[in-house]
Amino acid sequence: MDDAKLEFLRGTLDVLILKTLVWGPLHGYGISNLIRRQSDEALLVEEGTLYPALWRLENKGLLEAEWGLSENNRKAKFYRLTVKGRRQLRKEVKTWEAYAAAVAKVLGATQPPLPEEMA
Amino acid sequence: MRPAPLWRRYDRLSGSDPAADVKDELRFHLETKVDDLVAQGWRPEDAHKEAERQFGNILAVQHMGERIGEHMDRRRRLTDYWADALRDLRFTLRTLRCDAGFTVIAILILALGIGANIAVFSVVNTILLRPLPFRDAEQLVRIVEKDAKNGESGRTYTADATQDFQQRNRSFQSVSGYFAFTGPNNFKLSGNGQPVPATGMLVAEGFFETLGVEPAAGRLFRPEAFAHHAQPAALLSYPFWKRQFGGDPGIVGRTVDLSDKVDLNNKSVTVVGVLPETFDFGAVFSPGAKVDLFVPYIMDDFRNDGNDLALVGRIKPGVSIAQAQNEADLLFPQFYAVHKHPEYGKPYTGQLTGLKQYISGKLRRSLIVLWWAVGMILLIVCVNLANLLLARAAARGKEFAMRSALGARTGHIVRQLLTESLVLAGAGALLGLGLAWAVLAYLAHQESIALPLLSMVRIDGAALAWTLLIAVGAAVLFGPAPVLRMSAGNLQAALKDSGHGSSEGRKHQRMRSILVVTEIALACVLLVGAGLLLRSFLRVLDVDLGFEPSRAAAVSVDYDDGGDVAKRSAIWHEVVSRASTIPGVEAAGISDNLPMSRNRSWGIAAKGTQKLTDRDFIDDFVYIVSPGYLKAMGMRLVAGRDVSWDDIANNRNVVVINETVARKLWPGQSPIGRIAIAGGAETEVIGVIADVHESSAEDDAGAQMYLPSTKQFGPEGSYLVVRSRLAPAAMAMSVMKTLREINPGQSAGEFKPIQGLVDRATSPRRFFVLLVGVFACLGLLLASLGIYGVISYSVTRQTQEIGIRMALGATQARVQLEVISDTLRLALIGIGLGVIASFAIARSIASLLFRTAPTDPLTFAAMVVLLGGVALLAGYLPARRASRIDPIQALRNN
Repeated sequence: MDDAKLEFLRGTLDVLILKTLVWGPLHGYGISNLIRRQSDEALLVEEGTLYPALWRLENKGLLEAEWGLSENNRKAKFYRLTVKGRRQLRKEVKTWEAYAAAVAKVLGATQPPLPEEMA
Repeated sequence: MRPAPLWRRYDRLSGSDPAADVKDELRFHLETKVDDLVAQGWRPEDAHKEAERQFGNILAVQHMGERIGEHMDRRRRLTDYWADALRDLRFTLRTLRCDAGFTVIAILILALGIGANIAVFSVVNTILLRPLPFRDAEQLVRIVEKDAKNGESGRTYTADATQDFQQRNRSFQSVSGYFAFTGPNNFKLSGNGQPVPATGMLVAEGFFETLGVEPAAGRLFRPEAFAHHAQPAALLSYPFWKRQFGGDPGIVGRTVDLSDKVDLNNKSVTVVGVLPETFDFGAVFSPGAKVDLFVPYIMDDFRNDGNDLALVGRIKPGVSIAQAQNEADLLFPQFYAVHKHPEYGKPYTGQLTGLKQYISGKLRRSLIVLWWAVGMILLIVCVNLANLLLARAAARGKEFAMRSALGARTGHIVRQLLTESLVLAGAGALLGLGLAWAVLAYLAHQESIALPLLSMVRIDGAALAWTLLIAVGAAVLFGPAPVLRMSAGNLQAALKDSGHGSSEGRKHQRMRSILVVTEIALACVLLVGAGLLLRSFLRVLDVDLGFEPSRAAAVSVDYDDGGDVAKRSAIWHEVVSRASTIPGVEAAGISDNLPMSRNRSWGIAAKGTQKLTDRDFIDDFVYIVSPGYLKAMGMRLVAGRDVSWDDIANNRNVVVINETVARKLWPGQSPIGRIAIAGGAETEVIGVIADVHESSAEDDAGAQMYLPSTKQFGPEGSYLVVRSRLAPAAMAMSVMKTLREINPGQSAGEFKPIQGLVDRATSPRRFFVLLVGVFACLGLLLASLGIYGVISYSVTRQTQEIGIRMALGATQARVQLEVISDTLRLALIGIGLGVIASFAIARSIASLLFRTAPTDPLTFAAMVVLLGGVALLAGYLPARRASRIDPIQALRNN
């Protein structure tokens, strides 16, 4: 499992957290599980980075928190997207897709680009 | 997610706890992880370790969480606070708008109270608190004789003595002075069109440098301007430059034609500079006077004259006034009045007083009294508003009870009430600022009020800070009044409709009564104080001045005698005889000085058998007059005769003295025909006049003598005084026409009623009486409003009860009587307390009173009757309403 662990690019964790909350409120443990399962066990979120990221997002007003009961009947802190968080998510997804496409283009190139003056 | 069950919501009952939140959140994570691991087949103890291992540094994360949590919490509280405040404000504005009548009255009352306080504070601040408008003003001192009683001559020094002090002192950076005997319009500015009179002040070398005044244009006088036969130079005051030269900067360096009315020389004078707008000589040194220009006081021209320089010095840094005083005590007795005539003696002493203290020291007490009076007004305003708010709270009792029932804490309601009172006080303060601004703008331009620095009065930062302070103070004082009522209240009783006659209502009524009694007592103190001051003022007006100011007026006469005594006598004779023949004129005469304005003094002694020494001379105000002047002023000849044209023509040295001189020099004997040494010559006493109050109405008359204008006695300027059957304004045209016929160069001087001089002399007292009187009236008005409010409210509350009693046979008169006796009870308690307080307070203003005892029974009685009468009137209106209650209507309505 450790082999499959990928390093997070800076800023990626935030957008992933926002995305996982699109389907409804979740607690921190649920968020890390969801990311792990959604990425087919490829992305493992460390707790030491997950919680500070959650609090930072809450502090920025992108998330809001509420205490509730978990599926195993324990008191847990659930996070949900705010309107502002949803807007931020849309923006970041767009940025991310553009970035990924660009990177993919470069990495997937089979030949060098044509000289510019000839294009 | 499922919502937490009810019991679990109570674990943050005592308020939010970010640290515990973080701990709980992380604990949940670990526990769930352990569950999952166990489900995957781990042994529980190992699962626990594994979960913690996976988590990493849990403490560091926890710590970070606490920090972020606290930050969020703080921010949330702040946002909540402002959101609440904003909500309170919106709510307040809405309720106030609903109750527009109350709002308008409350704001108006507050505006009056706060506005009066701002205005008085600004005056106090300008005259007492703020340093003088000079650089390092605390270093400036005024130097006068120790026992300075006899007019300006006792507050001034000769040129020689001044120079000695300048050279020998070690405590001062510089010492300078100004010529203290400058009369208004002592110069004539000619050039374009009719000559313009101007007031010019002679200042000694270094005067402006000592004060630290920098010119607005051009430069100050150079040292050579003070040399004998120097090129004449002048500095213009800012207002004169604006008025006369249209603020033309090109005037600097040009010459203007200026003639001095005393030595009557026409000179062309170079304007070397313009003084700054902030420098108002009159405001600082001679209240109410305006000075148009400044010329050098050339010491060599005044070597043989008497005391004429008023000294101002700037002490060196680090030297105290006491140290400088010690030095002055050593030095001044060594100075000769005139070096060339050591036989004139060395009569000097020097008393140093801080310039600020010298200027405003005498007003200190009056201003503090004024401040207290206006503070009392604010207190009455607050009490009145508390009363109004209480009445309103009674109407809003249900609202508050409802809000309490719905969970509003007392703190919230207090905050709501404070918001309301702050809004009211804020609006009142804004309106009050406007009022104060208008009043101060008016005061600053009152040249007839002889108060120092008054022209510099304005609303400055300190006044704004004071406004804020008193507005907030007032709001805190009157705002929470309804809370007292509410906290004593009973929710259920308030929620139920009526509550008439309930004990709570009675308690409430008692509190309002206490407030009204307080108001009446305060108003009583104000009224008594104002009454005592008013009576003093009337006593001052009643003083026998020794002359008749009404229907007499004076104008400065210009003439050119070329320094020839005979020619001067001829001109004076012509002016007086032609003025006397103008229709409507009863008497006319000339004097060089008028009472209650500029003065000077010489010594006078009775000629006896022995040689006279310094001790035999008494200081004596001296007036050089023409025949007819005494009559024109309405002065009363007690014995002997007035000076005559014959005396002047024959150069006879004769003198008319006043009773004070007669009493001092020839006690118990007739002075007529005696020989006195006056002005350095033997003169024959030909007449005695009743004492004239030459300096002020309040001080006792000093020694005075009236000398004819002869070779021996030269006048300092000349004023024609005309007594007429008509009002002075009606005479102005014909008198000015006559003067212009005699001398076409006569400047368009002002024809001033003598009454104006008296008014000016009494103006500070009038100013204070007027203000304290206005405050007292305001206090009376507010107190009567308070009485009316309380009585009227209690009548409304008792409508039902009164209705029942009338139905049972009570007569209208009886109901009326009861309501009025309620009023009287309040009024009497208030007046009783007020009179006791007034006795105590009146003693502290005793020094401000004139020929009036602080316990003056008439004043006390009059004020008690006035206050009682107004209180009765305020109570009568609701009483009449009570007696008109229709029992059927009253009973049906409830």
